[in-house]
Amino acid sequence: MTEPPEGGRRAVVTAPLAVAGLCLAVPFVAMLWVDSYARTGPAFIGIPFFYWYQMLWVPISTLLTTVAYVLVRRQERARKAGEQR
Amino acid sequence: MKDGVNGVALAVFIFFFLAVTVMGFLASKWRRAENADNLDEWGLGGRSFGTWVTWFLLGGDLYTAYTFVAVPAAIYAGGAAGFFAVPYTILCYPLVFTFLPRLWSVSHKHGYVTSSDFVRGRFGSKGLSLALALTGILATMPYIALQLVGIQAVLDVLGVGGGSNWFMKDLPLLIAFGVLAAYTYSSGLRAPALIAFVKDALIYIVIIVAIIYIPIKLGGFDHIFSKAGEAFAVKNPETGKPRGALVSGPDAQWSYATLALGSAMALFLYPHSVTAVLSSKGRNVIRRNTTILPLYSLMLGLLAMLGFMAIAAGIKVKNGQLAIPQLFEDMFPDWFTGVAFAAIGIGALVPAAIMSIAAANLFTRNIYKDFIRPDASPSHEAKVSKLASLLVKVGALVFVLTMDKTVAINFQLLGGIWILQTVPALVGGLFTRWFHRWALLAGWAAGMGYGTWKAYDTPSATQDHFGNTNLIPLIGEKGYIGLTAFALNVIVVIVLTFALKALRAPDGVDETTAADYTADAGDPGVQRELPPATAGAPAGH
Repeated sequence: MTEPPEGGRRAVVTAPLAVAGLCLAVPFVAMLWVDSYARTGPAFIGIPFFYWYQMLWVPISTLLTTVAYVLVRRQERARKAGEQR
Repeated sequence: MKDGVNGVALAVFIFFFLAVTVMGFLASKWRRAENADNLDEWGLGGRSFGTWVTWFLLGGDLYTAYTFVAVPAAIYAGGAAGFFAVPYTILCYPLVFTFLPRLWSVSHKHGYVTSSDFVRGRFGSKGLSLALALTGILATMPYIALQLVGIQAVLDVLGVGGGSNWFMKDLPLLIAFGVLAAYTYSSGLRAPALIAFVKDALIYIVIIVAIIYIPIKLGGFDHIFSKAGEAFAVKNPETGKPRGALVSGPDAQWSYATLALGSAMALFLYPHSVTAVLSSKGRNVIRRNTTILPLYSLMLGLLAMLGFMAIAAGIKVKNGQLAIPQLFEDMFPDWFTGVAFAAIGIGALVPAAIMSIAAANLFTRNIYKDFIRPDASPSHEAKVSKLASLLVKVGALVFVLTMDKTVAINFQLLGGIWILQTVPALVGGLFTRWFHRWALLAGWAAGMGYGTWKAYDTPSATQDHFGNTNLIPLIGEKGYIGLTAFALNVIVVIVLTFALKALRAPDGVDETTAADYTADAGDPGVQRELPPATAGAPAGH
């Protein structure tokens, strides 16, 4: 098995990768800061804020992960294209 | 509880159970490979699953019957504190996105079947790999036992299994168990992968119906939450504390956050998660899954609402685990109760099968092959793993039949704390080779010891031992013991790594290279399908 030269594929932190990292980090801040959502109002169809707010973060974090996925995949494709040249 | 057997519900339940049994046996023919007599085929489904199969498999694997019973049961018992499951399942996906594609790549390149295989290859240490394998097996056994407890709860409410002697009482569980063991043995990971489709379809239908139908019957969410608020405010005459709260109070927020974070870190290091991840056919399959798996988190949040509904519906059960099955039986027409119970029952079979396969792989690769028969051939490995999966399940069954249910729950809680102690070696190892193997072993031992001791020392809501939150040293707030033990673990690893490097202790051979961690199927030098002979062979041959 031939190995690519060491460091030949080293990940360089580019702007898109930094944004992807940020997208992955945001849910941690939002969810671990419990005090920001530990209250009952305003209720949504009778469900206290505490519950619907956290459930709302499921689609928000999904969206953020999707953005990260697109950015990372684009980066990987560009890198592979560069290697083949 | 209604008296006697609920005939209609039982018939529907048995119908679904028979259907998945047939599927389980037919699964061995699904996507079958030419040479099927090795661990890659039996234990990882040929590493061939695409995005959707992986999604169903992981969903079926992680959101178990126990989850469906336990999360609403925790809400039913104490309100807000039980809802940490939602931030927990939100946070685990960004984590998965970051490290599991690397584990997939390096495992694919070197033919690793378990996470301990990787640790052995990375750090050149059979001892460290053994420690992690034992941790995984120990943490998985009670988890399988809890799945059987889930089936038992459903059977209880259905009114079967209530006979006078022990044999008649446990007969239904024994039958369910025997069927599970038989198709896992013959079909391997393909059986739960196929059954997971039925399980998830049933679960989604039941949740959607429950979340619409039950609130209408109970007079809307406003009414449900005001009833729940009243119930939580009632003070326990013995302790003088209220039963629970609708919102996490200021003194409970550290616990809430640390439980969410610690559980999220542990979830994908369980052997059954790793098995499901390694069975996918590419690293982007895993990344794509982190964007579609949260659908289950949403479902879990809705499911948690059932805990409040059980309170509003005036369900009174001694054993909190029965609250949701009882709510279903009281609210739904008989036939739909059968569908709901089938969902829970099948929801227990899928993870139980995957967990027993994962534990069996760990045993075969990291105990049997590493220490007992280093020259085991791939077909011999598969045979050992099949037998080990039977043993693991029998062990879980004995656990459930002979011991109190709380023992299984206590051990499952300890299991979470233990699995967290594998993070430095496993996740750390995926990103850096700086840690010293002996330091990792010492850190693991320190974390395991501290976590087990603290958990034993902490009273939980219902018993004198096995609570999961205690004061965090230096910070002085109550937090998840597993995360505190993890911090201790990391400190020990860092300090000892410095010390051992200064002493020039032998560092072990790393058989992986930096490029292995980003390799994908189809890349130059990476095969799409691994020939069985390479599984377990050292790299470079």
